[in-house]
Formats: sequence, structure tokens, C-alpha cells
Amino acid sequence: MAARGLDLILHRAQVKLCDKLQAKTQSDGVRRPYKEVIDVFQGDLHRAGMKPLTFVRQVLAACVYPPLINSSNLPLDVRQRAQEELGRCVGGSVGSYSAAPGIPEIIHSISEFIKRRDGGIPSHPENIYISPGSQWSISNILNVLVNREASPRTGVLIPVPCHNKTVLSITQLGAVAVPYYLSEEQGWALQVEELQRAHESAKGVCNPVALYVINPGNPAGYVQSQKSVLEVIRFAWEKRLFLLVDELYQDCVYGENCEFVSYKRALSEMGPPFSGTVELASFHSVSKGFSGECGLRAGYVELVNLDPAVMKHIHTLFSKDACSPVLGQIALNLMTDPPKPGDPSYLLYKQEIEQIRTVLVHSVKKVHEVVNSLPGFSCPPIEGGLFAFPRLHLTPKAIQKAKELGLQPDTFYCTRLLEEGGVFTGPGWEYGQKEGTYHIRFCIAVPQDVMEELLRRLSSFHMTFMKDFS
Amino acid sequence: QKPFKKVIDVSSGDPHRVDLQHVSFLRQVLAVCIYPQLLEDKCFPLDVKIRAQKLLEACDGASVGSYTASSGLRHVRQSIAEFITKRDGVPSYAQNIFISAGSQRAIMIAVKLLASGEGNTRTGVLIPGPCPHMLYNVLEEAGVVLVPYQLTEERGWAVDLDNMHQALKAARGYCEPRAIYISNPGNPTGHVQDRKSIEEVIQFAAAERVLLLADEVYQDSVYGKDREFISYKKVLFEMDIELAETVQLISFHSLSSTCIRECGLRAGYMEVVNMDPEVIYYFDNTLCCDISTPVTGQLGLDLMVNPPQSGDPSYHTYMQETFFILATLSHNAQWVQELLNKLPGVRCQPVFGGIYVFPRLHLPCGIKEQAKVGNVPTIFHLSFSISLLSMLMEYQV
Repeated sequence: MAARGLDLILHRAQVKLCDKLQAKTQSDGVRRPYKEVIDVFQGDLHRAGMKPLTFVRQVLAACVYPPLINSSNLPLDVRQRAQEELGRCVGGSVGSYSAAPGIPEIIHSISEFIKRRDGGIPSHPENIYISPGSQWSISNILNVLVNREASPRTGVLIPVPCHNKTVLSITQLGAVAVPYYLSEEQGWALQVEELQRAHESAKGVCNPVALYVINPGNPAGYVQSQKSVLEVIRFAWEKRLFLLVDELYQDCVYGENCEFVSYKRALSEMGPPFSGTVELASFHSVSKGFSGECGLRAGYVELVNLDPAVMKHIHTLFSKDACSPVLGQIALNLMTDPPKPGDPSYLLYKQEIEQIRTVLVHSVKKVHEVVNSLPGFSCPPIEGGLFAFPRLHLTPKAIQKAKELGLQPDTFYCTRLLEEGGVFTGPGWEYGQKEGTYHIRFCIAVPQDVMEELLRRLSSFHMTFMKDFS
Repeated sequence: QKPFKKVIDVSSGDPHRVDLQHVSFLRQVLAVCIYPQLLEDKCFPLDVKIRAQKLLEACDGASVGSYTASSGLRHVRQSIAEFITKRDGVPSYAQNIFISAGSQRAIMIAVKLLASGEGNTRTGVLIPGPCPHMLYNVLEEAGVVLVPYQLTEERGWAVDLDNMHQALKAARGYCEPRAIYISNPGNPTGHVQDRKSIEEVIQFAAAERVLLLADEVYQDSVYGKDREFISYKKVLFEMDIELAETVQLISFHSLSSTCIRECGLRAGYMEVVNMDPEVIYYFDNTLCCDISTPVTGQLGLDLMVNPPQSGDPSYHTYMQETFFILATLSHNAQWVQELLNKLPGVRCQPVFGGIYVFPRLHLPCGIKEQAKVGNVPTIFHLSFSISLLSMLMEYQV
């Protein structure tokens, strides 16, 4: 796990390679079987070709250039909304600093959103903090949980596979990331026995204080059932662990009979003693879901059952940085309080969301179908999230070649896929996986024609690769 | 019952808070970048549309919603390098420019990379007294020792080499001073250094082998007569070749603090000079783990360093708007200083740049009793922003 820091260097090398290739394909005249690299390395909807939501962009544009509020080219609800949002900004401008924890009216709006989502369970604005992206919120909370001076060191249980930024935050703070393995055979299910094993394994190594859960998963595309969520809460209660729940993909659920269950709601419905004692931080952001506004930088955290003294300290932490970008905060508000039936923009908004959802559902099916039809490649059904994380069953010859080049086998595969196939994906090693298994990760939120081309290239490359190393 | 209806908040350098309008060109281009359908809107000038198109091409997926490289969009870094080259007549390169979510974050990253040691070997950073209040938080977070050196109030808050030397010498007893922070134009003092003063500081940094952290965030706001902003980099490169090739310097600028003043967009940059390429690699990596700069802010930086040129449709309005901001500042600086100096117990040094005044208050001893706090000094200073319009007119002396 400590070696994860090196992942960053590898990741950067990959990104640079992709940029170089992208430039080369446009200029060097070398014949390649592709014109442009398909970049599905990150969960970045717009980079991959998906369109932003019209309502969001119209409101933001009018907020940035207020004379647009009088433009008849924009729907009435857009103009009214922009006026409302600007009314909440200091000096009526998105250029002003806001209160560091976030614009109070937007925080209030988020609390209303959470209440609606969770069937009326109250959400308190004083427990919500806005930050420039969810990773920053996670870092701040980790800062409070991790005791750098402690011996044994603080431990945080993390899923394997897991996206690497959180792991990096943990290790940078001097804490220990304690892995618990998701069960690939059961569609990446989270099993309590495995949590138990992981917790036991920490004895003598570190003192686990928190459990980090991603639901829906990243990169593994699972969605926890109600039963699973309750089991995890119970486990956290038994072991007195702080629950850090990354719920960024809560809108991205496509599996049949799958439904997003918020940890807060489940906790509340469990009743005492759990509901009043289990400490929980849940995270969300504008970067994922259907907004896909990664570049605007805004997310929030909701805190539940924290000691008032700790809340005070958290408030200080979130107040000492300058505020989150105001445009991002507004985008967050638009995400949690979208157009309603009857509003002029509602139909288009709904249409665009449905279009994105259709593309995702279609992608998920196609990926599952195509990957499972190829030899040496397998993938459980993708129930949610924005990624596919299929498994590569590499031959000893391929593994050997990778070792000779000083690369992890899946990194070797991804590098070849980038150079020869023109598809930029992430090696499973970067996210963690069981010893001796190999995976790749790629974003599935791409337009239909791009997904077809991606799968065509992937299939063609994969067959050649498997043949070369048979 | 108070003699005012509304509190006028001038505690932060935020002009929108007090009704200073935005710069139209910047806001128009950003609006089009956010909602590209506006490219078809007749009310936007041609240069706005052309610029927006160019900026969108620089963004992945042609969207402000995409992630960017952690050091910032290549196109913007290149624009910044060209701006600096033009400003200083000295070449500047994109790979030495790092974009950050505000200059505060940039300063923190630079200092964090420098920070090391424990106890007596802990890294120390010389900071001016007075200095911007955010610096304390930033340096504390970076884990360094603060070593204050006094500016000379009687000489308009000028830099005093003797004070610097004394501070450094004393500091060597309890830490390892490795950098010196200086802001020019000064925050909150309003002092603008002349070439000779800058040269002296550079020579000090060279002799004592400390990194120069030059906060030049108010470089656009110089209005004092016979005062002009000269960048530390320009002065350095016009000195001895040995100094020009060895003195390590990082200079900071930001969207929050110029005529543009878009604090809420959260973007700034640093230029790194004479730094080992291996160290530069670490800047990049550290930025990876820090707050990412919003794309809208990055585009704002491009617009700040590359404004409309003479002949462009938006040029006239742009010049009018920025001229108005500077004229307001200049007027306020003069007027506030005159007004304050007429008040008993108040003394205000002339302000030549930046957006704050920092008058000195001699308080009667009775205040100490009133405050009922031990150690309340009877002489202290008050810092407030002068980016006001006519609101001050209402204030009765």
C-alpha cells in the first residue's frame, strides 16, 4: 500500500504518454489503425464526449454575465434562477469570496435535497460543508481522524479495488490503509467476513479508526443492497469505526433490481443504539452523476453524530481555506435542486438526463457482452458507477514480458492498448487487486458511437495481444 | 441605535462586496465558454466569440467541465509565459509556470516543499511586519517557523536591510531560515519598492542563500505618482549575470487581486526561476494532491494576462473599465489618507499601490480598561480595503 505513492508517478507517465500520442497521431504521418486516441482513463464525462446539461450551463452563463438575465434567448426559469443564485452571492457577483464553508443558502438547499432523498429524515445545514471537490472534504475529515503522533499508527480500512486519491491522502497523513477485498466472484460484493478479517489483520500493525466505503463503487461497479449497507453499519458500530462513505455515484445506478440506499437513511432507520452513535461522513460532488462538471470543482460532506467539540474543529478546518469556487457552489445547487415539472426547462432537462442514462445503460450492457465474449477477458455485470473494471486473464508469456520491461502486467497491457489500439485506460494495479489478478479500468460514460468504436478497437487489440502471447 | 444602517465590509480585498463592477470582456468570454450556444448570440462582440472558441479548443472535450492537468491548462500556462516575457523583456517558459487555486495555495505548496527539519533545524521563513493575515495560516499549515522582519513605517513602510539582517541573524539561533517572503506592492502597507530596494533584497537573498518568495499579486494596482511596478524577475535578470543565473525566485500572481479581482473564481499562478528541474518535478506532483484549479478560473487567468488589444471591438470598454478601477483606487488612496491624517490619533503613510490602507491608531490608555483584556497595545494599526466608490462620501468626520 505504501507503494501507492509511486502510482502517481506512473499515472503521470501514462497521461504524458497519452498526450504525446495524441499529438503524434495528428502529425507524424505514421499509419495507425486509429485517427484519435479514445481517452477513457478518467471519469470525465465531457472529455469523453458527453454533453453538459443545458439548464446548468445556461444558469451559470447568466450568473457569470448578468446582462443575460434580460435576454429573451434564455428560458424564463433560467433567468429567474440566475437572479436567485446571484442574490445569494455577496455583492451579487460570482467574483466575490463566499463564506469559507459555503454559501449559506446553498448549504440549506443541499440539506433540503438530502431530506427529500432520504424520505424526510432531517438534515441539518450546520452539519454540511462545501469544498472544492469531494477529495478535499475527505482529506479534511481524515485530518481530524488521523493522529500523526500515535503509536500504533492510525488505520483506515479501504476497499480493494479503490480509486487512488483517497489512499494517497491516507498515506500522506502518516496513517495506514488497511485493505479489505471486495468479492469479484460475487460481482464485487462487500462481505462482512472480509471486513472482519481485515480488521483482525490490523492487530499489532495499526489502530483502525475508520472504514471507507464507496457506494456505488469505483472502479468496481457494484451497488450495495439494503442488507449489505445495514451489515456494514452494524460492523462499524461493533468495532467503533467512523464511517466515511463516498456516495458520488448515487445517481448512476442501472442494474436491474438495484437501488441506491443512502447510508444516512439506513442508519436512521435502524434506530437506537446505532442511529444515535455511529459517526458518519457522506460525500457527494458535481463531478460525477449526470452533471459531470469535474472542472467546476465543488462537492460537499454531510456529517452525522459527531461530537460538538469535533464539529468545532472541523468547522475551523473548513474555514481556514479560502472558499470553494462560487460557480462550482452554484452548480452544486443546480444539481441538488433541478427544474421541476411545469418549469419551462423541465422537459429538456429530463430529456437530457434520460439520454445520458440510456447511453450508460446501453454501454454497460455492451461492455459486459463484448468483454465476456473475448477469451482471457471477463467482467461481472456493472450495476452502477461510471467505470468498467474487467479482469484480464493474462498468459504466463505476457506476464513474463511485462516483468522484463519492469512493468506490472496490466500496465504493460494498457500501454500497448494505448499505443497500438488508441484507447487510454487505467491498469488495475493503480486501484489495488488480489495478488495474481490483473484488471483494467475505463470510463463507460461515452456517446454510443464512441463506445462502439472503443469496443471494436479493444476487441481487435485484445485478440492480437492474446495471440502474440499465447 | 447606531449611526449607521448597514455595515460597510472592507475587511477583505473583495471589490464585488462593495459594488465595484466586473470587467465585461472577461465575463462575456467566460459566459460563452460555459454555454457555447452563445456563440450565436448577436449581442456578444466578435473578439469575445473568437477568444471563447480558442479557449474551448484548449479544454478537453471542449468543456469547462473537464478535468485539467494539475499544473493547469497548457494553453493558459503558455499565455502567462508570453505575458511575463512581454512585461519584463526577459524570456519566460510555460514549464516554469504553475497554476493553482489562488496564490495562497501556491505559496503553501512552495513553502511545503521547502519545509524540513525539527527543533533548531526547522525551516524558517522571513515574513514582513506587517504582512497579509492569510500568511500566518498558510505558513503554519506548511509547518515552518515564522521569522518577522520589520518594515519601516516612518519611511512609508519601506524595506530595511538592517532589520532583515537582524531578524535573520537572531533566527539562526532557533531555526534554519531558508526563504524570505516579500509583497510588492505591499499588502497591507501600499508601499511600492523602487529598483534599488529590489536589488538590495535580491543581493541579501543571494548572500544568505535564501529562496525569494515575491508576492506580486497587486502589480496592476500601482497609482502613486512617480511610482511604477518592476518585477523581481526583471530586476534580477538586469543584475550581474552570476546573480541572474543563481538566485532562486518564485513570484506569485492571482485573479483575486488585480484590476480583474475575481476572488470567487479561485485561480492564481507562480513562476519558478532558477530552480533545479528535479525540484520542478515535485511542484507538479504536489499540485496533483492539492485543490484543483477550476477551469473557469484558469480561463480567467488567460483573459487577465491577454486582454483585448487596440483595434479589438472590446478594447475601448475594457480600457474604460480598468481605468475606472485604477482611478477609483488612486482617488480613494489619496482621499482616505488625507482624511485619516486629519483625525486625532491617526497617522497614515502614503499609499502607492495595492488595495489597502494601513493607518496607525494611537489609542488613549482608557481603552485598555474598557477592553478589560491584559496586554492591549495602545498603538495599533487598522487595515482596510480602499476599493470603494462613493460610499465613503457619506462618512461624517
